Amino acid sequence: MIELDWDWDFTWEVLPDLLNAAQITLLATLLGSLLAIGVGLALSLLRRSPSRWISWPVYWVVEFVRSTPLLVQIFFLYYVMPEFGVSLSPMTTGVLALGAHYGAYLSEVFRSGIDGVEKGQWEAARALNLSQFITYRDIVLPQALRAMIPATGNYIIAMFKETPQLSAITLLEMLQTAKILGSENFRYLEPFTLVGLLYLAFSIVAALGVHQIERRFPKEGFSLR
Amino acid sequence: MELSELTPILLQGAWITLKILCLSLPVAGALAFIAGLTRLFAPTPLRQMARVYIEFFRGTSALIQLYWIYFVLPFFGLNLDAMTASVIALGLNIGAYGAEVVRGSVLAVPKGQYEAAVALNFTPWSRLWRIILPQSLINMIPPFGNLAIELMKATSLVSLITIGDLTYKAKTLADATLQVGEIFGLVLLIYFVMAQAMAFLFRWLEARLGRGLDRGGLRS
Amino acid sequence: MTSPIIEFQNVKKQFGELALFENFNFSVEEGEIVSIIGSSGSGKSTLLRILMTLEDIDGGVVRVKGEPLWHMSKGDRLVPADKKHLRKMRNHMGMVFQHFNLFPHMTARRNITEAPMRVKGKSRQEAEREAMDLLALVGLQDKADSYPAQLSGGQKQRVGIARALAMRPEILLLDEITSALDPELVDEVLDVIRNLAKEHSFTMLLVTHEMYFAREISDRVCFFDQGRILEEGPPDKIFVAPEKERTQAFLNAFISA
Repeated sequence: MIELDWDWDFTWEVLPDLLNAAQITLLATLLGSLLAIGVGLALSLLRRSPSRWISWPVYWVVEFVRSTPLLVQIFFLYYVMPEFGVSLSPMTTGVLALGAHYGAYLSEVFRSGIDGVEKGQWEAARALNLSQFITYRDIVLPQALRAMIPATGNYIIAMFKETPQLSAITLLEMLQTAKILGSENFRYLEPFTLVGLLYLAFSIVAALGVHQIERRFPKEGFSLR
Repeated sequence: MELSELTPILLQGAWITLKILCLSLPVAGALAFIAGLTRLFAPTPLRQMARVYIEFFRGTSALIQLYWIYFVLPFFGLNLDAMTASVIALGLNIGAYGAEVVRGSVLAVPKGQYEAAVALNFTPWSRLWRIILPQSLINMIPPFGNLAIELMKATSLVSLITIGDLTYKAKTLADATLQVGEIFGLVLLIYFVMAQAMAFLFRWLEARLGRGLDRGGLRS
Repeated sequence: MTSPIIEFQNVKKQFGELALFENFNFSVEEGEIVSIIGSSGSGKSTLLRILMTLEDIDGGVVRVKGEPLWHMSKGDRLVPADKKHLRKMRNHMGMVFQHFNLFPHMTARRNITEAPMRVKGKSRQEAEREAMDLLALVGLQDKADSYPAQLSGGQKQRVGIARALAMRPEILLLDEITSALDPELVDEVLDVIRNLAKEHSFTMLLVTHEMYFAREISDRVCFFDQGRILEEGPPDKIFVAPEKERTQAFLNAFISA
């Protein structure tokens, strides 16, 4: 007979520590997504470069980063960077790895968003003699944004769900904290279950948020200024 | 250590990685179809159960699921060895994503196909089996290919519950030899080659299946 | 006088808040060929879709061969039909769709044999023999092994007709079957229907925008307007001397177009 003996005292004991650790998880996600958006945008614009000497290597870099495990990339940054004299804290390593990994994914999102803008819009901008920069900023990106937002939101949620991997380089985020609490008390049931539920709660709230933004977003797009 | 000494050890790890991949892929595939179709067509209570499964496993993270199955299930008297726990966790996780692929592809079949099947008086089961599924299958292949690669990447997580896969071998070798650059570089390359091979396989599958369907005009 | 093969009694049909049919009455005799004309949104196609059980009704009774279509008798009351009843009733009807709705992953022959084999339990040989006869009837024997994508629109629709006939329906529902075709392909499809009409072995209900064709083959023409039959009668009366102003206006617009 399986018995569920859930220890409420232990639950209340570990919950504050886990919620503290949640701040680390959320901070890593926030900084990671800001970096990923920047990296993604840069890569997507480079991919569109007319020169094959630029677009082709960028394609393979994106392909490489996307198709290798985040965990190994985290290890790579954490152990290899010091060889070049750059020692990174677990947090910095985590943010860089998340930013690079999801930047590669987002570059594809941005690229197809930009490709989705009608050809006539580019031609109209050309006919009005707008510069490349203004064309992107005022004409193309505002229209592409609507298509990009849900996918971007979903990738940020996906990134959030991969932050537990940072426990492998001892970042004290939720999972690592739960693991320590579990091994100290020889009880994994409550800490791991709580972490799981916290992730579920955050993901659901975030998914609802993305849905709201998508729904509120004007169909025509909006000006970036 | 020379590269010629490192490589065989890493390839041993790659073999374990491949093994976990091959064991969990069918689990994920089966779950994807069962949960996806249940969520679409089953009576309400079953449908809700499928939905809970899908949302739960998509809403939490793969590593936590793995830890939970490996470290927490023993509290319920269920002791799984690391390999079994890995295959179950990865299969359940990717299966939940796959279920959404199945659902989306079935819903993408034009409504007229469904109506024609009703007009010809097919049973609900033949409507699905003979008319709708054959058409949605081709749409599933590219997203399934992406998921299979995601699964391959996720196998690296099993190194954290001490399975000697490619990532685990890399970590232990790096700790022992301190040749971190070569080792992690090589390991990333091996993963990359595996992913490319899988992408190629799925593109080939799509082209092969697509050839029949091009004639059928599913893709124009 | 026998009872009508199709009978709508006080039927109500709503789309959300919008009432399309209210107290709608309509009947068709066995063997009759009835054309339904009218502007789009007037409920013509919905009428056929209700008969094919693709749309349900919100009130009233539809009878096919005297039996309620969307209801079952329970004692002396009518209760909503279950799946079994609907499947039984569907056997009376066959439908040809505006956009063909051929199964893209099956050859023309397979499109025709699939339902007789799976639904009626016919043997493959028998189903294929009948399919070849039907393909001959629509002039497409040589296209048996072609997939829909390899056929022209007119050919697709002729396969669509053969597919519906293979189920041996007593009532054939034709829903704007030439509307999606290029003008030069319309006649090959209409010819098939003309031949079927000559035999008069079916009850046919067609929604169409081909006025000359409707006049030629119909026993009766119904002009639909805003969910009502505004005017009906023999084609010569409707097309030559319509009584209602709206019917006239509609037909004039067609002739001048």
